[in-house]
Amino acid sequence: MNQPDWNRIANDPDFHALQRAKRRFIIPATVFFLLYYMALPVLIGFWPALMKTPVIGKVNWAYLFALSQFLMTWVICWLYVRVARRWDKMNAALLAKLGY
Amino acid sequence: MFSFLAQAAATTAPATDGFKFTPALGMFLAFVGVTLVITYFSARKATGSAAYFAAGRSIKGWQNGLAVAGDYMSAASFLGISGIICLKGYDGFMYSVGFLVAYLTVLLIVAEPLRNAGKYTMADLLAYRLKPKPVRAMASLSTLTVSTFYMIAQMVGAGGIIKVLIGVDFVPAVIGVGVLMLVYVVFGGMLATTWVQIIKAILLMCGAFALSWMVLGQHGYSLGQFFDSVSTATYGGSKAPVNLLDPGLAYGATEKNPWGAVDFLSLALGLVLGTAGLPHILVRFYTVPDAKTARVSVVWATAIIGVFYILTTFFGFGAATFLKLSELPLDAAGKPDGNMVAPILARVLGGEWFFAFISAVAFATILAVVAGLTMSASTSFAHDFYTNVIHHGKEHRPGQEVRVARITAFVVGAVSIFLAIKLRSLNVAFLVGLAFAVAASANLPVIVFSVFWKRFNTTGAVTGLAVGLGSSIALILVSPSVMGTDSAAMIQGAPWFPLKNPGIVSIPLGFLAAWLGTIFSARDMEAEAKFAELSVRSQTGLGAEKASSH
Repeated sequence: MNQPDWNRIANDPDFHALQRAKRRFIIPATVFFLLYYMALPVLIGFWPALMKTPVIGKVNWAYLFALSQFLMTWVICWLYVRVARRWDKMNAALLAKLGY
Repeated sequence: MFSFLAQAAATTAPATDGFKFTPALGMFLAFVGVTLVITYFSARKATGSAAYFAAGRSIKGWQNGLAVAGDYMSAASFLGISGIICLKGYDGFMYSVGFLVAYLTVLLIVAEPLRNAGKYTMADLLAYRLKPKPVRAMASLSTLTVSTFYMIAQMVGAGGIIKVLIGVDFVPAVIGVGVLMLVYVVFGGMLATTWVQIIKAILLMCGAFALSWMVLGQHGYSLGQFFDSVSTATYGGSKAPVNLLDPGLAYGATEKNPWGAVDFLSLALGLVLGTAGLPHILVRFYTVPDAKTARVSVVWATAIIGVFYILTTFFGFGAATFLKLSELPLDAAGKPDGNMVAPILARVLGGEWFFAFISAVAFATILAVVAGLTMSASTSFAHDFYTNVIHHGKEHRPGQEVRVARITAFVVGAVSIFLAIKLRSLNVAFLVGLAFAVAASANLPVIVFSVFWKRFNTTGAVTGLAVGLGSSIALILVSPSVMGTDSAAMIQGAPWFPLKNPGIVSIPLGFLAAWLGTIFSARDMEAEAKFAELSVRSQTGLGAEKASSH
């Protein structure tokens, strides 16, 4: 197979658009999930009394917040799959336009 | 943390009247038989590098999702986490959370670029635009370190567990696990290793569901009643009630350990960033046809792993509500051994046959994970070091790379068996912690910089890998895991570093070293020129390795 012209693709406006689209999702999502996750050990470590407060029956904030991490992970996963479908389309259009 | 597995090594088994045929042994043998048949059929396909190292890139998304989940739900997860939650409550559950959230790092940052731009190993991604020899040599060293240390910890644990479960002695148990694992890896390659992992993941999920359902049954299938019991857990009346839902039982700041909260933070950081640098997880993304399938497999893995870790609530916390501490075997320190919580729980709730099933699942787990680790270590040595560093990227004769990998698997297997037997009486738990720390501090920074930072160069990669690897090892050596003033400590003396988990220091150091190494060395115009190529490859998948047809 001939080597594709990497620089030509890299300078194509549609490639830039694809990269921008990915960054627009990935960077905020990563920052959000890291902050949301690290908030758990920080709250538990430094505000243990608050986290031990029961909310529903005997279930306390600590357990509920931990459980919400599962939900958070699945939601971000689902959002990622949704936007990635759009990236796949942009990508296919770009490669088709350039004849690869 | 990871003390659970290694503690089992020194477990004093309840008196077993020697070797005899039990339901547990029967189920072990059934599992071994099925996996050997798979290995036989895989061996006929495992010809050529792509087939041997990457299962011909023919694994489907859901299959790879199960395999990734299987690699991840190691004995440390199943036996260790259920034990630590049972004994330490909420703090143990933090492992469940961290292990799952870590998959977002894999999904968002690593999986697709790696699949698009690489061939068999993590170093492939780095070598695209950096000088291949130093980068591959360092990356290979880091991979071998992570895999071997992780494996020794698993093997030491395995020996102890098998001894308790079926009464085979430590040495023959470790040798048995090692030899079986080598059969899968040497003959069946990645294809056999993957299928062993898939079968094990399915068995493990079935076991986890059944166990959870039975525990809930003990509480009248009522969640309210279940959590009420957990908040006043008495271990079947053998202890004063303790609220296991409250954090702080393991990592709370106390007079004796004022660093508890910081250590907890450090652990959390290592968990969430370490997974994306674990070589045996990364190699899995090369077994699928393309980046899209790699994405699908992470989503499957995240769903499966998430369900599994939520279930740890039931067979972890739940065990503490009625399992008497006296029902657990004692570990070396004379404390109840948490590793045995899941199997003993199964015996109490479901009788001898269910105990046999859960034991067989635990055994399958150890075997499959050890095989996956050996596979990633031997792939890295053969592909990165032998072919690309010594032989300048060319195979002299076809099939040589695979042959070297098979020999490496033997060496890695033999060394691990030997070390596991030698270290059996030591607490080698810190080795798994070390594996996660090295993965997060050495591997992740260079993967991220190489994909996202144009100016990144060879010096930066080598210093990043070296400092990440070196600082993790050094900090653990002087931490309370290794140093101590009691007789159990490996090095006598007060620990120089107060935390058991080095991540909070070593991860920033790894990133910093990679950054400083880059900005203080000459710009590498060739590497920067190739950034365009790497960006296009990693983003679009153009020129990515294709699936081979069978």
